[in-house]
Amino acid sequence: MALKTETFILNAGPQHPSTHGVFRMRMTLDGEVIQDVEPVFGYLHRGVEKLAEGLAYPQDIVFTDRLDYLASMTNNQAYVVAVEKLAGIQAPERAEYLRVIMAELMRISSHLMAVGFLLNDLGAFMTPLLYMYREREKILDLFDMVCGQRLTYNYMRIGGVSQDIPEEFIPALNKFIDSLPGFIKEYDQLLATNEILLVRTKNVGILSKESAINYSTAGPVLRASGVKWDIRKADPYSVYNRFNFEIPTGTKGDVYDRYRVRIEEMIQSSSIIKQAIAQLPSGEIQTKIPRILRPPKGEVYGHIEGPKGEIGFYLVSDGSANPYRWHMRPPSLINLTALREMLIGVKIADAMAIFGSIDICVGEVDR
Amino acid sequence: MTTALAATEITPKLEATLPGCIVESNGNTVVVKAESLHQVASFLKTTAGLDFNYLNYITAVDYQTNFEVVYYLTSIEHNHDIILKTRLIDREKPALASVVDLWKGADFQEREIYDLFGISFTDRPNLKRIFLWDGFQGYPLRKDFKP
Repeated sequence: MALKTETFILNAGPQHPSTHGVFRMRMTLDGEVIQDVEPVFGYLHRGVEKLAEGLAYPQDIVFTDRLDYLASMTNNQAYVVAVEKLAGIQAPERAEYLRVIMAELMRISSHLMAVGFLLNDLGAFMTPLLYMYREREKILDLFDMVCGQRLTYNYMRIGGVSQDIPEEFIPALNKFIDSLPGFIKEYDQLLATNEILLVRTKNVGILSKESAINYSTAGPVLRASGVKWDIRKADPYSVYNRFNFEIPTGTKGDVYDRYRVRIEEMIQSSSIIKQAIAQLPSGEIQTKIPRILRPPKGEVYGHIEGPKGEIGFYLVSDGSANPYRWHMRPPSLINLTALREMLIGVKIADAMAIFGSIDICVGEVDR
Repeated sequence: MTTALAATEITPKLEATLPGCIVESNGNTVVVKAESLHQVASFLKTTAGLDFNYLNYITAVDYQTNFEVVYYLTSIEHNHDIILKTRLIDREKPALASVVDLWKGADFQEREIYDLFGISFTDRPNLKRIFLWDGFQGYPLRKDFKP
């Protein structure tokens, strides 16, 4: 006699330790196997795009800090790159170098969090994460030294940066950058030779190359699937064409590859910072811009490579001091589109590992 | 460097395949009629030499006299991009063909536009509000929205 079976619905979140904020997944399960998944979001929606239309261009920088709060510097940068393109402003060379240093530090910090939380989700509870926090703390101290803030920096300004670096910054940065590769290597050895970690991450949550492109994924998710696409190389902005660095890619597009790509990227970032320190020119850090900035009528899309993928701003100006339309391309939200395909057919136990490997920030998903 | 593909390189090909679909074009922007949007998008994605396989983002702008829906397309293979636009005049029930069947990455973004601008996308599953709750009245990113 056949037993009667039926699917049931499991709700994960909005309050859940592995959802990195307030995010909900409604999963339809057949036993342990996921048959369908519906992401539900909006719990953190603040209407930033509408709010930004009511304020002047420089005032909107503070909103970008609060979108992806784990990578505020790169959000700042994406926005000022777009405004500068719209208004035809060129930041001084020294400011561009400082931007690169801060953006790469931010990338390292964001990737540390991504890897730490991924391990947390896999069951390596808290210990690896707190080691990551220890290293991230040093980066936050550096940011604190530069702009007096640890989380919402408002450091990059239209036409430059808010402050020049203090005297003690470069020695502290050198100390950190010299210790980082050793730390990452030691850490990677501990983890990547761990049988349990390998079994839990290899061949799990595979996203093919074609799917990764078709789903518009960006950043480490796209590169882990074997697509060599990085805005810093593909469409260089700032002074990135003056540095030598590699774009790490994966081969399979599984959770392990995404982990691997982030680890490799941190090494590349520290190399970029070293080159930037060596080339750092002296001079101005801010060009003169009008007190009330009124970009000419028109529209622009400026994009950069953020830690989570392509961050871009689409701005429409009607010639007034406020943007007519202010849209952000949110890498977290767009990367999440691929979640459903990765989850269908896998066991529930892998769901959080796959979700964690995308590395989202809900502040940016909901905006 | 990503090449901003000149619209003039595309418009003759488009005109030959889909006569009368272009409203205007300048720089690397092509504005097409709303009813031929899906065909144009499909043409841009599948034509050899163009291969716009990557959809960077979709968004909409409310110009009060009309809505403009913006598609920013990139070809990862050739490293060139183009901006595809279409205009919708109807404010009561603006609707447009969905491109989810071409680029799955459009899914949440189309839902976002539906949620905040009230533009519906046809021929796609699960079109519902994404950030705001189901009973919410009005579309906040429209210029005439009163909270």
